Amino acid sequence: MAATKTLLAALAAAGLLAACSSTEESAATGGAGGAGAIRPGSQEDLVANVGDRVFFDTDRSTIRADQRPTLERQARWMQQHPTVQVMVEGHADERGTREYNLALGQRRANAARDVLVANGVAGARIQTISYGKDRPDALGSTEEAWARNRRAVTVVR
Amino acid sequence: MNTPFLLRRSVLAGGAATLIAPGIWTTPLPAAAQGGSGGTVVDITRARTDPIPIAIPAMAGIGGEGARLGQQIAAVVTQNLRGSGLFRPVERAAFIQSPEQAAQTPRFQDWRVIGAVALVTGRVDASADRLRVEFRLWDVIPEQQALGTVYNTSLGNWRQIAHIISDDIYKRMLGEEGYFNTRIAYVAETGPRDRRTRRLAIMDQDGENNRFLTDGQFQALTPRFHPNAQQIAFMSYLNNQPRVYLFNLQTGRQEVLGNFGGMTLSPRFSPDGRSVVLSAVRGGDANIFVVDLASRRERQLTSAAGLDVSPCFSPDGQQIVFNSDRGGDQQLYVMDANGGNVRRISFGNGRYATPVWSPRGDLIAFTRISRGQFAIGVMRPDGSGERILSEGWAMESPTFAPNGRVLAFQRETPARDGRGAGYSARLSSIDIAGFNERPLPTPTDATEPSWSALLG
Repeated sequence: MAATKTLLAALAAAGLLAACSSTEESAATGGAGGAGAIRPGSQEDLVANVGDRVFFDTDRSTIRADQRPTLERQARWMQQHPTVQVMVEGHADERGTREYNLALGQRRANAARDVLVANGVAGARIQTISYGKDRPDALGSTEEAWARNRRAVTVVR
Repeated sequence: MNTPFLLRRSVLAGGAATLIAPGIWTTPLPAAAQGGSGGTVVDITRARTDPIPIAIPAMAGIGGEGARLGQQIAAVVTQNLRGSGLFRPVERAAFIQSPEQAAQTPRFQDWRVIGAVALVTGRVDASADRLRVEFRLWDVIPEQQALGTVYNTSLGNWRQIAHIISDDIYKRMLGEEGYFNTRIAYVAETGPRDRRTRRLAIMDQDGENNRFLTDGQFQALTPRFHPNAQQIAFMSYLNNQPRVYLFNLQTGRQEVLGNFGGMTLSPRFSPDGRSVVLSAVRGGDANIFVVDLASRRERQLTSAAGLDVSPCFSPDGQQIVFNSDRGGDQQLYVMDANGGNVRRISFGNGRYATPVWSPRGDLIAFTRISRGQFAIGVMRPDGSGERILSEGWAMESPTFAPNGRVLAFQRETPARDGRGAGYSARLSSIDIAGFNERPLPTPTDATEPSWSALLG
């Protein structure tokens, strides 16, 4: 239980960092403000209270059983905030070729979108994009970094 | 081995000027002193183990600017030929006869004794904006002129003249086309790894005349030359919609290619330049399409489940090699140009990717990823004869020089720490026999080279 909480906190922190680097407006409300400062329906809300990303096995784009609950929470959250539109960004680790990873990232983003749609989110609210291996979240060249980079990240537009 | 027709063409052709490239005129330069036929052609396989010793003194200059350019043209020719690994330029300190005298009449004994089998001489006349370069290649052993040409052009073209002369020498000595008068397009990468700026860039084959083609506002990836070297197909993230675009090098104009309603990637021109083959992602699959450039009509070539990417035509346009994970992991497949007769060709250990067909038609170069190591290799189009040329932590994107004898590719170094320090991506070239790997100089980090055809 404690281990799970630590993991979630670590993922949330990682997500916040990634959100800061990939979206322009998200930095404003983050940081020291605490939960009270987070605007419901914002990227910070998604990161702190829902989880903005799911992870994949090497060269795979099927949604793992342990990752599916995150997408189901995202779907519920999007239904609570019906005006929110999102971009799902698919990514890959650096241990593949650029073109294959671009396609793989797109397939991961599409797989995440499909789960959101299957859980009641209108497809029109979701766009997808792939960055392949070109926008790593973890910058090291280790197994741990690669696991963090094989991801689909939901970003409020 | 003799190639008398080459000699005849160089020595005996008529005196009319020929336009060989925009603004570059040539006239044959008759042999000064001798007749006869014959002359040396060295087999490339022999030159790999025993590079051809060649003397390249500074070309004699008329006027100060002529002398300076005479030095520089000889330096570029020297660097090109040495860089090929097939020539061994003789050290200048060993020269006995002065360049000025050699340009008048070579004293062959003076060049034989220092070990040269070939001698390059020339005269450079640079006045106002005009450049006149007289170039001769001498066969030192039989004491005869092997090539003689006058180039008339504008001053700004002096580097291109040096590359054309290098190609002339390569062809005369090795019996095959060279690859020096060419360009390389690539992706120039700057900035921290998680927020990199990626721009299209282009440079001469030796790294000179580097130019950035896009401003970096939108990420640009996977540049590929049109066979006429005047156009580049690439992928741009313009408006957050990753699509294949065409970039016209003459006008600087960009246009999107086709409307696939999803991401398009990995473009390559057909050998006749009339169509582009690419990959388009829809749902869980990436499939290969060919787009006719005149009508913009698209035709779907593959439809199997899985990711089909990195298609590349054979030089006769009859077949396409591509990369697919339809069988579980990434392997290479060849199909007919209409999409039929698909067969897998890679069966070694590991995953195979980024296939490119040699312009000679005899080999397919690829990236192999096996047990955490990347490698660049070649195999025959039927999958036999696989050879690994170079291995490393990460490398990919091989591209053939137009003569099919040299590959360029990208080589990366891993990050040493969690902030990404130590990571780099650079370009290298290597002989297809797996020797003479050399860095290609670029001002920034660089990925995904694409080698142009010989510039006309």
